[in-house]
Formats: sequence, C-alpha cells, structure tokens
Amino acid sequence: MLLINCPWCGERTQSEFAYVGDANVVRPDPDTVSDQEWINYIYIRSNPKGVHDELWQHIAGCRCFVKVRRDTVSHEIIGTAAPAGKIDGREA
Amino acid sequence: MTRYSIFSLARNAFNNHRDWPAAWRSPEPKAEYDVIIIGGGGHGLATAFYLAEEHGVTNVAVLEKGWLGGGNTGRNTTIVRSNYLLEGNAHFYEKSMKLWETMSQELNFNVMMSHRGVLNLAHSDPQVDAFQRRGNAMRLNGIDAEYLDRNEIQRLVPLLDCSDNTRYPIMGGLLQPRGGTARHDAVAWGYARGADARGVDIIQNCEVTGIKRDDGRVTGVETTRGAIKAKKVGIAVAGHTTQLCQMAGVDVPIESHVLQAMVSEPIKPCLNTVVTSGAAHCYISQSDKGELVFGGDLDGYNSFAQRGNFPIIEHVVASVCALFPAFSRLRLMRTWGGVVDMSMDGSPIIAKTPVDGLYLNGGWCYGGFKATPGSGWVFAHTIAGDRPHALNECFSLERFATGCVLDEKGAGPVPGAH
Repeated sequence: MLLINCPWCGERTQSEFAYVGDANVVRPDPDTVSDQEWINYIYIRSNPKGVHDELWQHIAGCRCFVKVRRDTVSHEIIGTAAPAGKIDGREA
Repeated sequence: MTRYSIFSLARNAFNNHRDWPAAWRSPEPKAEYDVIIIGGGGHGLATAFYLAEEHGVTNVAVLEKGWLGGGNTGRNTTIVRSNYLLEGNAHFYEKSMKLWETMSQELNFNVMMSHRGVLNLAHSDPQVDAFQRRGNAMRLNGIDAEYLDRNEIQRLVPLLDCSDNTRYPIMGGLLQPRGGTARHDAVAWGYARGADARGVDIIQNCEVTGIKRDDGRVTGVETTRGAIKAKKVGIAVAGHTTQLCQMAGVDVPIESHVLQAMVSEPIKPCLNTVVTSGAAHCYISQSDKGELVFGGDLDGYNSFAQRGNFPIIEHVVASVCALFPAFSRLRLMRTWGGVVDMSMDGSPIIAKTPVDGLYLNGGWCYGGFKATPGSGWVFAHTIAGDRPHALNECFSLERFATGCVLDEKGAGPVPGAH
C-alpha cells in the first residue's frame, strides 16, 4: 500500500487517489508549436526506471492535484508537493 | 533434436529417463550474427523460430537477461483469444489463433492448448449492444463468435451467479468458442527447442546494455557478456521497451505499468471456460492443476517492480467473489506482478524504427501472450525482408504521428486506461 502525503490533508492511502501521470508534461502553445512537439506532448512520456515525478489527484479527499516523486522500482515515495511546488530529495 | 513421441518416451523409460538430451544448447555468444533478438520470452523465441523456419535465417542469437520465459511469458494468465473489433487487430490476432491451433504439432512440443472458450460477460444494455456489434464484426472477419443470453450462460457456467439480485447482473455474453488457454512456459520452451534445432543460439544471463550504431545504422549490441556485432537487431522485451529504445535514441509512446495476477488453492474441475468481465474488472479460468487463475486491472501507476499493491488484489478478489459466490470459500495461494509496456493506443508496435536495421516488437499492454505466435511470425517477416507484413502494417511506430492509431477500446492516449 502506498501512503501519499497530501500537502493539504496529510498522509492518506493510495486508494483515496487517482493516478494522473507524468508531471513533466507541459502543454505547448498551439499557435507556435511544431507537429513533432505536439506529437511528443500527446504521446511521449519519460517512463524512467527509477525516480519519477508524477501527478496524483486526491479524488476521495480534497480533490486537489498532488505532485509525487516516487521510485518506480522500489515504489518508495521520496516526497510530495503542490503541483507547482518543489520536492527536495533525490532528483529524477 | 530428439523427436518427442510415444516411441522416444518408451525408449527412455527403459533407463529411467536418465538419457534425455537437453532441449536446447547453452552456447557462448559468437562475435557476430546476422540477427540478434533482444529478449528470450515467447515473442523473441517465436521470432527466432520463424526467422529460421520461414525465412532460412539461422545465424541468429536470442539474448535473455534472465532465464527463458522468466518475464511476462511466465507471469500472464495464459488466455488465448482473437475476439477483436477493429480490422487490423482482428486479422492479426486471428492469424495468431490459427498458429495456436497447430503449434503443438509444428513444434513437436505439447503446449497444452485448450480451446475451452472465452466468455465476455455483459452487465448492461449498452454492453449487450457493444458485444453484439463486436460479435458481428468478428464473424464478418471470419472469426468465431456466439452471443449467449443469460440462460445459455447459466448452463455453460453453472457456478456463475446469474440471479436477479447479484452485484453485477448478467444480461448476456459474447463467447469465442475457439479461445482458451495454453501452458505458457511450454510455449517458450517449445519455441526455444525448435529455434535451437534450426541453428539459433539462445544465450541466457546476457543483458543488453547498449545498442551500437554507425551512421544511423545498427552495428551490434553491448552486453554483460561482451560486445556482439549484428547486421540487424530486434527488440522484444516487454516491460523495458522504453529503456532499450532509448539506447538507440528512439522515443516510444509507452509507459510501463505493473499488472498483477493470482491463483487460488487447487480444487476439483469446476470451471470449464474462461470468464471475463470488463465491468467488474476481472478474468478467471481454472488451470489443469485445479487452481483458479485470475487477474484484473493494472495497479495504475508507472512501475518496474514486478509486484503490486494490495488494493488491486482486494478489488479483483471482490469482483470474482461477486460473480462466483462459491469461490469466496477458497484461499489465495500466490500473487505476483509483471511489468507491461502500455502503449498510447492500447495496440502493439511491430515495426521498423528510425534506425536502420533496428526493429521493435513491443507495447503489448496486457495482451501479449495470445499474440505470441503471430507476433513472432510477422516480426520475423519484418526483420527478414526489412518491411512489415500486411498483417502488421497497422502496428507501425509512425501511426502516432499520422493519426492512424488503433484504439480498440476508444480510451485515448492514456496508457493506464487500455
């Protein structure tokens, strides 16, 4: 069981959260974006074996998005923050 | 290769089965091969087998970082089916199904293919409509499909709760009678033995750590057992497709997720078909040993861990017990997880890559096992002729750029949703 520290609600079990995905995906400006950049935005994810920054949503709690830094091999949660916040600890 | 038969069995019985030869060699890697296949699971071994058998390419090595079939080949729930709606999928999986039908004879290895039928349960009116539509599409594509009403389902699966007040009311179901299960390890072993007999080198405990290129063309691989040159390299590694492709500078539309499965204690035969419920998120069958084998959804987050967490186990077990109340008396014996490479449209990639001589077979989501023979067959064709077969043209890497995605479920570019 993953325990995710919601910045607003405190530590809660994973079953209160929905997984959103890669936290590094940024929607490009559709007016200036190239085709390749748009394709990458839609389809390409970092998918690292190791440290991964990802978004979860606390759907059975405050419904806020939470940024989680997690190891995809050990499932260890290194830290959490608000989506625009900074997480200390091992970098991706 | 010693042919397995009633006569070889009898002959070896005279000396207590002490003189059976090894089913395949364990050679040292050569300095150079025509083709290197990365990944010694069912898909990689089938590819090597068909390269030798269909295309006469025998200077081939299969490199496996662990042991044969130790990845997802040995972790799936062994279900074989071809009940797909979309054109590209239907023809490809039906080719695979036809190969399953003759596999034991072709490989001279009993893969215990059991055509016990695969039944998808419909729990709502829209599902009834969708299943009938898919059944019609399958029949138009020459694939067997039968729509069953609730009474017919109750007769086929007596233990299923088809009453009016069950948690998941059963309105009907789509049966593919030729679907079923096969012994997953035997598939890897059978293809390994067949490939080895045709000259393929199968090299275990040999992890690929780099893919060497020169001027946009593959020249070989770096491994934990030294560098090996190759004219062509095929990747068939399931969960680690992203990492292998990155070694060659190729980005793939894939996320790796963990999928769990589990078995109950063994009991007497009580379930003679494969029952699946997309709405309740579970699928269940009974193995020849008597264990009930079941699985469900992904854990839902990126993972390379080959193990999952408890909420999904609880969810799957709850679904199974709702459908089959009698099974609530059983104890769970084992659970495990496999790392699956979820593609962005839920369909696999069997294609050339932007690097000359590098070929990709991946993105199988959680449907790779049933595709094993067909996947090897078309991947061998793609590698040998440097162009895809008509059956895998639709599984190109470019489809994400051109918009020709093959999204069977209509879930959109959310890998965890397929």
